[in-house]
Amino acid sequence: MIKFLIKRLLEFIPVLLIISFIVFTLVFVAGDPVALLLPEDASQEDIENLREALGLDRPFIVQYGTYLSGLLQGDFGKSFRYNSDALPIVLERLPATIELALSAMVVAIIIAIPMGVWSASKRNSFVDLFATGGSVLGKAMPNFWLGIMLILLFSVTLGWLPVSGRGSWMHLILPAITLGTGIAAEMTRLIRSSMLEILSQDYIRTAKSKGLRKFLVIYKHAFRNSLIPVITITALQTSTLVGGALVTETVFSWPGLGQLLIQAINTRDMAIVQASVFVIAILVILMNLIADLLYRVLDPRIKYN
Amino acid sequence: MTLIRSKTETPNTQKLSISLLKSLLKSKTGIVGFIILVAVVVVAIFAPILAPYDPTLINPTKMLKPPSWIEGGDPSHLFGTDNLGRDILSRIIYGSRVSLLVGISAVVLAGIIGMLVGLVAGFYGGWVDMILMRLVDSFLAIPNILFALVFLAVFGPSVPTLIIVIGVTNWVAYARIVRGETLSVKEREFVKAARTIGVKNSLIIVRHILPNVMSSFIVISTLSVASTIILEASLSFLGLGIQPPTVSWGGILSDGRDYLATSWWLATLPGLAITVTVLGIIFLGDWLRDVLDPRTER
Repeated sequence: MIKFLIKRLLEFIPVLLIISFIVFTLVFVAGDPVALLLPEDASQEDIENLREALGLDRPFIVQYGTYLSGLLQGDFGKSFRYNSDALPIVLERLPATIELALSAMVVAIIIAIPMGVWSASKRNSFVDLFATGGSVLGKAMPNFWLGIMLILLFSVTLGWLPVSGRGSWMHLILPAITLGTGIAAEMTRLIRSSMLEILSQDYIRTAKSKGLRKFLVIYKHAFRNSLIPVITITALQTSTLVGGALVTETVFSWPGLGQLLIQAINTRDMAIVQASVFVIAILVILMNLIADLLYRVLDPRIKYN
Repeated sequence: MTLIRSKTETPNTQKLSISLLKSLLKSKTGIVGFIILVAVVVVAIFAPILAPYDPTLINPTKMLKPPSWIEGGDPSHLFGTDNLGRDILSRIIYGSRVSLLVGISAVVLAGIIGMLVGLVAGFYGGWVDMILMRLVDSFLAIPNILFALVFLAVFGPSVPTLIIVIGVTNWVAYARIVRGETLSVKEREFVKAARTIGVKNSLIIVRHILPNVMSSFIVISTLSVASTIILEASLSFLGLGIQPPTVSWGGILSDGRDYLATSWWLATLPGLAITVTVLGIIFLGDWLRDVLDPRTER
């Protein structure tokens, strides 16, 4: 297992290198930040001097090398808006985003597991229709619109929950539901199809024919096994989850990474943008790795190679 | 399925389209999706004729009028007006143009890139495959919307940039599926036979592999239009997509957010337009999947 882990961790290196290259190229193409750093009436000479001082006059590949060695030391550059290192600013926002993403996951699981299992065990019934219809609708609704509609209903009209911000658990409810339903839609569909496949297998027929109660057959025999593919595919959705969090945070003014990133993009604070991209990428990669390990623990038939 | 061009092809295509039509009529959701999509396309094409007003026409005497069926509504503005007195119905009608334009063009671009990468990686294998798949992994590690945001931050928002940005960030799904299909098709007898008689690789790809990966390709493309429309709306909602004065559904929604307490219709109606359109495309895509790609589970 250790060997497998090391191998997987080594595989991240090229991925992170490619990401760093793409991001660096983009920022390079965007033009240098000198124009933003100097006053508008700065002379050509001042501009040249600053470019030289920042090393922006050097060739692309040299600049990329310097950038890479900085990255290895956790140096993502300075945010000129906050006038300090970009990485700590980004990391400071991370807990809020993780809190939102995890709560959304909990919401998704609470909705998706009962719906998926129930609809598969009563195929083509009203429940099944409701679950499949609901999951299609959940996919069709833009996340941010659902959020706004929830605000309209629960905050503006009924006045039960706060409109925006972070603080008590009351603040978390609407953003978590907004982000969670989108994930639940996909998850319900997956659990349903995974359950349907397993319910048609021989060992389920055996369990049924030896007179086990239906509840036991479904939960003990079928449901457990149906979770295996669900976990992997859910982990692959981390990327969707984090992407959704970026938008949901904006809707609810949730002080996480997404909000910081949108601000940074609007003010062209590229150090923050780059650091955020990396932190998010590493987060997604790690989640995928955890899922991969979990997958192997749940299904011992899968070998570590 | 081969690409041999012969005169007998015409009746075959005719037969195919008739059988497709028959199966569409049998699928309830398929037909609903088809009707929705045709309606949206018609609205987008004939927007100047269908829209009662110029979508950017400001009218200070009629600000924030509710939809006509509600008390205080103005009968001449079916869906009401916004904070500048602009007609919401006209704005939604014009908004369909951008959504479809960006949705379809970005999918075509992403499809072409993904198809090429998938075919090359799957067919040639070896180090080419390894490098391309690492590239795919890198794109997978970053949420689509994040990539799109960074691109937009660098190149600035405009319709062509948006199409390129979404196209360039969305090709990964195609590449993976086309690669997988290519890997399995390339082991089939007819490809081996073609190789044995010395057919050129490029010809094998075009004549034998491409037609066989086409059906799953069409299915993902259709479903991608749905997610692309949502992505465009999200970016426009965040203020980094379509810029005013061009009207987009995400943009109208974003404007309406500030008037949630007093004028609910501003944010509600464009969202409804997005949801119905996307629903139609998903229905159509699911039907296509059942017809063209019976192996995949729903």
